[in-house]
Amino acid sequence: MNVTGWLQIGVFVAVLTALTPVLGRYLQRVFDGEAMFLAPVERVTYRLLGTDPDREQDWKGYARTVLIFSALFLGALYLILRTQGIHPFNPEDLTSPTWDLSFNTAVSFLTNTNWQFYAGETTMTYFSQMAGLAVQNFVSAAVGMAVAAAVIRGFARREAGVIGNFWVDFTRTTLYVLLPLCILGALFLVAQGLIQNLDPYTGVTTLTGGEQTLAQGPVASQAIIKHLGTNGGGFFNVNAAMPFENSTTLTNFVLMLAILAIPAALTNTFGRMVGSQRQGWAIYTAMLVWFVAAVAIVYVAESDSTAAMQAAGLSGGNMEGKDVRFGIGSSSLFAAVTTVASCGAVNAAMESLTGLGGAVPLANMMTGEVIFGGVGSGLYGMLLFVLLAVFLAGLMVGRTPEYLGKKIGPREIKLVVIGTLFVPLIVLVLTALAIGTKWGAPSIYNGGPQGFAETLYAYTSQANNNGSAFAGYTGYLQPNGTNVGAYGITFADVMGGLSMLFGRFVPMLAALAVAGAMAGKRVAPPGPGTMRTDTGTFVALLVGAVALVALLTFVPALLLGPIAQGLTDQLF
Amino acid sequence: MTATTQERPTFDPAVLGPALVDALRKLDPRTMVRNPVMFVVEVGALLTTIVWFAQAVGSPLEGTGDDPAWFTFTVALWLWLTVVFGNLAEALAEGRGKAQAATLRAMRSTTTAIMLDGTEKPAQDLRPGDVVAVEAGQAIPGDGTVIEGIASVDESAITGESAPVIREAGGDRSAVTGGTRVLSDRIVVEITQEPGSSFIDRMIALVEGASRRKTPNEVALGILLAALTLIFLVVVVTLRPIADFAGTNISTATLIALLVALIPTTIGALLSAIGIAGMDRLVRRNVLALSGRAVEASGDVDVLLLDKTGTITLGNRQAASFHPMPGVTEQELAEAAQLASLADETPEGRSIVVLAKGFGIRERELAGHEAEFVPFTAQTRMSGVDVDGHRLRKGAGDAIETWVREEGGTTPPQLREELDRIGREGGTPLAVARDSQVLGVIYLKDVIKDGMRERFDQLRSMGIRTVMVTGDNQLTAAKIAEESGVDDFLAEATPERKLALIAEQQEQGRLVAMTGDGTNDAPALAQADVGVAMNTGTQAAREAGNMVDLDSNPTKLIEIVEVGKQLLITRGALTTFSIANDIAKYFAILPAIFAATYAAAGETTGPLDALNIMGLGTPQSAIISAIIFNAIVIPLLVPLALRGVQYKPSGATALLRRNLLVYGLGGIVAPFVGIKLIDLVVHNLLGA
Repeated sequence: MNVTGWLQIGVFVAVLTALTPVLGRYLQRVFDGEAMFLAPVERVTYRLLGTDPDREQDWKGYARTVLIFSALFLGALYLILRTQGIHPFNPEDLTSPTWDLSFNTAVSFLTNTNWQFYAGETTMTYFSQMAGLAVQNFVSAAVGMAVAAAVIRGFARREAGVIGNFWVDFTRTTLYVLLPLCILGALFLVAQGLIQNLDPYTGVTTLTGGEQTLAQGPVASQAIIKHLGTNGGGFFNVNAAMPFENSTTLTNFVLMLAILAIPAALTNTFGRMVGSQRQGWAIYTAMLVWFVAAVAIVYVAESDSTAAMQAAGLSGGNMEGKDVRFGIGSSSLFAAVTTVASCGAVNAAMESLTGLGGAVPLANMMTGEVIFGGVGSGLYGMLLFVLLAVFLAGLMVGRTPEYLGKKIGPREIKLVVIGTLFVPLIVLVLTALAIGTKWGAPSIYNGGPQGFAETLYAYTSQANNNGSAFAGYTGYLQPNGTNVGAYGITFADVMGGLSMLFGRFVPMLAALAVAGAMAGKRVAPPGPGTMRTDTGTFVALLVGAVALVALLTFVPALLLGPIAQGLTDQLF
Repeated sequence: MTATTQERPTFDPAVLGPALVDALRKLDPRTMVRNPVMFVVEVGALLTTIVWFAQAVGSPLEGTGDDPAWFTFTVALWLWLTVVFGNLAEALAEGRGKAQAATLRAMRSTTTAIMLDGTEKPAQDLRPGDVVAVEAGQAIPGDGTVIEGIASVDESAITGESAPVIREAGGDRSAVTGGTRVLSDRIVVEITQEPGSSFIDRMIALVEGASRRKTPNEVALGILLAALTLIFLVVVVTLRPIADFAGTNISTATLIALLVALIPTTIGALLSAIGIAGMDRLVRRNVLALSGRAVEASGDVDVLLLDKTGTITLGNRQAASFHPMPGVTEQELAEAAQLASLADETPEGRSIVVLAKGFGIRERELAGHEAEFVPFTAQTRMSGVDVDGHRLRKGAGDAIETWVREEGGTTPPQLREELDRIGREGGTPLAVARDSQVLGVIYLKDVIKDGMRERFDQLRSMGIRTVMVTGDNQLTAAKIAEESGVDDFLAEATPERKLALIAEQQEQGRLVAMTGDGTNDAPALAQADVGVAMNTGTQAAREAGNMVDLDSNPTKLIEIVEVGKQLLITRGALTTFSIANDIAKYFAILPAIFAATYAAAGETTGPLDALNIMGLGTPQSAIISAIIFNAIVIPLLVPLALRGVQYKPSGATALLRRNLLVYGLGGIVAPFVGIKLIDLVVHNLLGA
């Protein structure tokens, strides 16, 4: 640990906090439908889509549109991947990935997970990267934000039946938020030395006289959206640890900021739209408290050697799997940022984190990605936890629990329970299946607690739509270093794919249904007898509720995985 | 708290015996399945028992681990005890109402109705619209309205109040309850109840807890608890393959112990007891809530509509002073006032006589004088006496003015001044005249009950607004509102205005509670979220409200609100406590299970043994201690569940902070201490 490391964390938090109300205000304008600079483009888009922008949908209509829309994009992406051999922009003559890997990958990008069982440079053509994966990076992010907008309206409105028009929310989010920010961001990244070309891979002779192939591609345009949209799918296998994908300390900082910028700003947008920015700040603070604690634990854990390292004769911090350009401080910060948000881009090897250092990213994801979380999905997921916290503690002030003046009844609790507990359930079941059956065994690379942690991490990451990995877990074997002759591990691909689908859409539908129920409610004016949800006490309560409800489920698993790994002095 | 509140000991021996029997009877799986949390415990107990039995007979079931039989037996025993303790909590709560129900039942069974035409009909066959006559000494056969006559009725069976009450046709005291007894005179009653749904029937069902439907909050909490149970079930089931991968075999008994420790058994066991006890607390305050929903709603109330008379002020105005007109002495005025009030049996009239005594005027015998009393009528709005050739009158200011003018006299300008001044001060003026001369004015004062201001301050801090409802004019109402400290008032109230006020508050999202007794209160009682009807009131009012106050004490609304809040707080506090307990239970059980996992060659403990921060003796004693704590915490919390958590009226923020500290933080810490203590006994004394 050193001052620079802590300073960087401090500056990051300060900049993020300063940015939140600014971007939050802007997002409010986008969601509220104010006339903005591309109004003609907007009008044409609506005409092409055949939608009346003034006609809003109830939650069921909204949900139906999201599902149909997503199904179409899933089919399209799967087809692109399965036919990639005949597409243009394929200088390396790559063939199509197998059906199981294509399914896993298509679902992965559809659900904003960007779990990658493959290595980008040896599997994906430039066409697949640009027309398939990059498009999905935008689409999945925009869908998440659109749903968040609808959910916020549900909380904000009184005695209303409708919560917005999906097409309008989707169009405006893409047009006014994602595209402009990504164009600016990509230009900045190119200026910082990220590559952006369609060239064949370049062979070079290294200083020591060895031969090396340098992969090329349209990287900068993909790098910015993968962070801004909390997608995380790397152009290259090593993601943001590759200099072509993350060139300088400055790009590293900006890319980290890009991950949390929108999820953080959405808390403020929420506050503004429900009529009290303090409500937004309370949620932000709860997220920030968790985040700062997470960074601190990773940084402390990584800065010292573990019992096992000492037994192996190592001392000092853990530099295994870390890029010397970034060092322990920046890598720790990145690991926390990418896992509190459901991003999954990495600038260091997660698998090489110490036991405790690796437990934190796992725990971050296990909250259901609600600490900032994915763009949109983080906020609506957290709102479900807010309702849960309000319900648990609200009874203790002697009134029927209420949030923003709306009473929480059996229907809301049923939906909240589904939205918050379904994902932990599938993580546990799939992890147990994968660890306990012969079908899961081929994917596990290591033995002992680390082998279990790989499996746990894989299903935690996929079901929570994060996408980062303990890289030992395998779903795709590449015997020759190319994808020729490679085969997918069907069990891992299919189970992972299903967990991503359910992990994305079950909480999303629950949140939309909650929004529909909340929208119709009457609002009781606040008084001294109502529990306030914009105070420090509530922040503590919210953090406690997330910890208790989300993490209690995983305590045994965490003990047998990363914590045993962190406490042992043996090597496995 | 009223005098009728009696705290019985929680484990009253008279109740405990039958409750234990009930607790065992409730082990029937068909009953248990209604409570998913405790049902899981019962299934777990059964499975563990089977495992133990197989071990005991020497052929352990495959895959159930290699626990010693005594360990499996101990786990099974405590799991069964957990279930029984849970059932006992519910049975105890129910048992408190059962004795009362028995008395009520005895009362109901034996009545025969005598119809108006003299024929007889069994009471249970009466239908709405039947008309019966009830003579002195007979029991009233069913709920109804007096349509003819007046009688004194003994209602002690339902109210516990031994003094007889008057029931008469017309007006606001016309409702009679089946099973009560007419003491004198004869009344004709029109029956209003359907067979089998009389007030007493409903009361029996209520105190027995039979008609208890789950309230929305209970349903919501039930969903959450069931979901937590399901997820912990999955945690425990999936732990088996995960532990196998780590080379650790977990026995069935241990897994079930872990499951039961983790699922929210504490609140699951006490949930229904809390609800029943809440109703019981109201019953002991002589309030009958006709649904649990109403009890909870009373905790949510934002606005209390309180009738001025009887709630905020003592029922009657009192004469406070005499204000003579110029040329009249106070003595003269007092004397005339007294004479005019001698036949006035109203409390106001009597208070005038009392006040006059202070002027040395003895109560005079009118016998021997030629006196003729003039009663009060709504038309004349005055009363008085004609005695010895003088005509004395007292009444409303303008009525006396008119009368004096008709008698040919004039009214001094000071009269108007005095009348207005008293009105402004919140009093009620009564003018007194002798023949054509105005003698002066009597100042009648509303007497505000003691401690009302503190009560209202308390309510305000709880976030509840109080609105005084009165028929008085604006001036008087404003003055009394200010003196008593209510937040707002509705003057010149009519039933329609009252209804409109309730609707308006509800439109703004507020929950409204009110009390009422008259038939014209019925629409407002029905509209209010919590409508407390006075037992003395009309049948219509009693049907419209969702609670009936047997004491007919309007101040009780405030207590009802407190009981409602206490009920919700108790439920929330025990839920929080129950879930927070899991942290310590994990720290007890998991290091015990995984103590040897990943142990280096030649060592007996692995890395996870470091998490045994409580220093529990052995893995087996740790698991047994956790499961014992889990079981005995239920009976330990029964008194709290039945009594309700301590509730000090205060704002939500303070309440939340306090309860989070006590039940959240306490819930984290308590089991660490408890499990450690139990382990000291189990391990060190008993050698487990």
